[in-house]
Amino acid sequence: PEPSSAAGWASVIRRISLEVRFGAARSTDFEVHRNWLAITHSLPVSRWYYENTSEWTLDYPPLFAWFELGLSQVARRFDANMLQVENLNYASPATVLFQRLSVIVTDVVFIYAARECCRCVREPKGSRDVLSRPSFVLAVLLLWNFGLLVVDHIHFQYNGFLFGFLLLSVAKHLQSQHLQGALLFAFLLNLKHIYLYVAPAYGVYLLRSYCFAQDNKDGSVRWSSFSPLRLLALGAIVTSVCALSFGPFIAMGQLPQVLSRLFPFKRGLCHAYWAPNIWALYNVLDKSLAVLGVRLKLLEEAELPPASMTGGLVQEFEHSVLPSVTPAVTLVCTLLSILPAVASIWLRPHGAQGFLRCLLLCALGCFMFGWHVHEKAILIAILPLSILAVESREDAGIFLILTTTGHYSLFPLLFTPAELPIKVVLMLMFTIFSFTALRKLHSAQGSLLHPLEVIYLLGLVAVAIACEVVFPLSPWQQRLPFLPLLVTSVYCAMGVCYAFLRLYASLLLRREEKPKQL
Amino acid sequence: MQTWSLVSICVLLAIIARWGVSLNSYSGAGKPPMFGDYEAQRHWQEVTYNLPIQEWYFNTTNNDLNYWGLDYPPLTAYHSWICAYIAKTINPEWVELHKSRGYESTQHKLFMRMTVLVADLLIYIPAVVLYCLYLTDGSSKKKVSIMFCFLLYPGLILIDYGHFQYNGVSLGFALWGILALGLGWDVLGSMAFSLALNYKQMELYHALPFFCYLLGKCIKTGLIGRGLFLLVRIGVTVLATFALCWLPFLAEPSQAMQVVRRIFPVARGLFEDKVANTWCSLNTLIKIKSILSGDSHFTLCFLFSVPQCHFKVNSSLAFFLFSFQVHEKSILLAALPACLLLNDLPLMALWFLQASTFSMLPLFLKDGLLVPYIVTSLGFLFFSIYLLSALDHCSEDKLRLGAYNKLFYWLPKMDLFYISIAAMVGLSIATAVLIPPPHLPDLFPVLVSTTAFLHFLGTFIHFNVVQFSEPPSRKSQKKSN
Repeated sequence: PEPSSAAGWASVIRRISLEVRFGAARSTDFEVHRNWLAITHSLPVSRWYYENTSEWTLDYPPLFAWFELGLSQVARRFDANMLQVENLNYASPATVLFQRLSVIVTDVVFIYAARECCRCVREPKGSRDVLSRPSFVLAVLLLWNFGLLVVDHIHFQYNGFLFGFLLLSVAKHLQSQHLQGALLFAFLLNLKHIYLYVAPAYGVYLLRSYCFAQDNKDGSVRWSSFSPLRLLALGAIVTSVCALSFGPFIAMGQLPQVLSRLFPFKRGLCHAYWAPNIWALYNVLDKSLAVLGVRLKLLEEAELPPASMTGGLVQEFEHSVLPSVTPAVTLVCTLLSILPAVASIWLRPHGAQGFLRCLLLCALGCFMFGWHVHEKAILIAILPLSILAVESREDAGIFLILTTTGHYSLFPLLFTPAELPIKVVLMLMFTIFSFTALRKLHSAQGSLLHPLEVIYLLGLVAVAIACEVVFPLSPWQQRLPFLPLLVTSVYCAMGVCYAFLRLYASLLLRREEKPKQL
Repeated sequence: MQTWSLVSICVLLAIIARWGVSLNSYSGAGKPPMFGDYEAQRHWQEVTYNLPIQEWYFNTTNNDLNYWGLDYPPLTAYHSWICAYIAKTINPEWVELHKSRGYESTQHKLFMRMTVLVADLLIYIPAVVLYCLYLTDGSSKKKVSIMFCFLLYPGLILIDYGHFQYNGVSLGFALWGILALGLGWDVLGSMAFSLALNYKQMELYHALPFFCYLLGKCIKTGLIGRGLFLLVRIGVTVLATFALCWLPFLAEPSQAMQVVRRIFPVARGLFEDKVANTWCSLNTLIKIKSILSGDSHFTLCFLFSVPQCHFKVNSSLAFFLFSFQVHEKSILLAALPACLLLNDLPLMALWFLQASTFSMLPLFLKDGLLVPYIVTSLGFLFFSIYLLSALDHCSEDKLRLGAYNKLFYWLPKMDLFYISIAAMVGLSIATAVLIPPPHLPDLFPVLVSTTAFLHFLGTFIHFNVVQFSEPPSRKSQKKSN
């Protein structure tokens, strides 16, 4: 539709100009990707996952490495020096130009995926002002998503490209083209393994709704309708993609090394800046109990480990009062948290919509309970939720809470004074748009947010002012330099938890629909 | 969607565009000993903060007028003083007398850029928003589109936030003046325009239309009675505003004279740099400079400008084209009224605005602003063509040629537009990429200014035709624009 394509073009211009004006070479991710270009170009395949000249070792699955190899062929024409592994922190203008261009170009995948998602949205009857059409609102929510703009274009990653695959795969499932969706997801998983978060949703959904071609009248499994052909097709797709990606490494017997690079559990429960999940709340509880214990003379201060959980380097640490958390514990918690969602789409599938909801819950569950989660992972939940938000009022309310807190939790990623106006203005733009557009879409059905939720969101403004303006000018700046990070992650964690619970409620308490025949 | 949310989103987008350009280089960056306009503004902060008011415009041991002496009216000086006051609280090194010459740092750049943004937010942007919402007609979506394109005009953004100046303040005040006149508040309008004049003397470009309109209005309401009363009120307001701004300098006549001498340096030549001016273009054919002497230049200019009394664009364009000592940045003064025409004549207005940005290309290249120039121009063209459907408005009656239609029917409008855009793109690329032959070192700037001049001349003629071919009933409405 015309306005969506205009939104698409406008977003292209916006992205290009953001890249061009704000992109700075000082982000570590920039050096990470330059290093990977160098490794894949200059070294033989057998050394890719062993190379550690730079601290930024290759820790994405092999398909991404092949992708970087392809990019490096183009990079050669820009500046061959960036492809020397020894040139650490090399950032000539040509290098910067090439890297930024590569992000812009690969963003095409994302724009195409957004268009496909817009085509899946049901348009309500009756002529509507262009700006209030659900497909237009969805287009803007996806293409101008604050989190994606910040993470990709100001910070530097290829998330637009990767999320394009995710959204495209979701769109294909919504359009009932399951094999294509499975293929896209297989690619995605081999590009960045963080999408394992949502793999259970795919697995169970495809098994239940695709391999079992029909359901009983009451929605339960009809074992007799099992189609081995479909299962075989799925299996073939997944195995061939994995073979394409991991094949050479399995042949060389390097699989354990690759896996150890992909899953570095040594890295600590939390990232240097705590992602707003359960463990942030857990850490804070632990810290406050420790402080309380020392005050009440129940604990000896000397017994406590040094307070460095929000230190700049990632490292392992122990909790002082509450039991320490190990990777195994987080895995169990994660699995427990997603179990009800997965079970729900097995027992009572709600078609592709139910799948999308389960995907969101898996993403959020892993975000909440996972080991060493990045705050950027919240985008895996926010972007697909946009699709649900333009169609249902309840989801729009959850979306507003999750998006606003999730996006605000990304603020510490941009910490220089020059970026302060940018992040504030972009955030304001996106927030104003999402609130007014979604309210207009669902205006007939009452207000989107409960007053308490509104108060919580307004509290975010207070936190923002406190952290960005008041704190740097206050005396605590020296003594407790990580206080604003702590406050941000704890406050946002509450919002994210709340959104998680509400999404669960909406899945489990949903009235049953007739499951679709596939 | 509600208008207020659309307006806020557009304003926020405009702020992002401005801040984006801010992060680029500025005039004279890293170029001792004189640096550029950025250093000039910083120096004025230093001078106004540290020296007593009596010394600001005089050549003293502490104040070397050859190193960026103050050459704007007092309001600029007061503004610099306020900025200096804030600068002092953040980092006194920025405005230390003598020692801070050529001071450059990322922090300081942020601070300076912030001052421009704050001034814009307080003065220019509200004026634009209010003008577009209250003085343009059409649906609210159309008004917001016009406002958005107005705010995205690349020339002003690049000069203010790139090269570094405070044109937003003076243009903003002028716009407040126009807004007030449009709403019928003549006294406030004249006060606002006097403030604009006291900020930058170049606002004299807009003075004639203001003066003619107000005088005309007074005459119409009857010179005996209400009209006279209005005239007196306006006169008193203007005099009071001027007196207030010049108060510290009125104690001694020599003070005031010195300020005037600094503001109007008639000792300088006919044109500086390669400006898209008639004289400049003519100069390539005839060496005018060598033929006429300084004084006669001045009278020639004045004679050419007087007939164009009514239409603001025409008058400011006329001044630009035929004036004395014109900087290429002065085209901004003609651009402001052109922005006001985005509603009525979208194609011509955006064509002119793009040409005006293009005319300043050599300046942008000197400042290292090529990339922002490209991005903002593309953005402006895209949004104005898409939002204002400008390309649809090229039929004869839309262009309002009226009776002169028969004279120009043979001109293929749309083709001309595309050709001109192509020419601008081509010349931009050439100026940026190619090296001129050694015996013609200024080839590209001259080509740029000649092309721009042709555009301006064409627009000038077109707007004149439009103005004179209108039926009289519309003319009185137009006068209030």
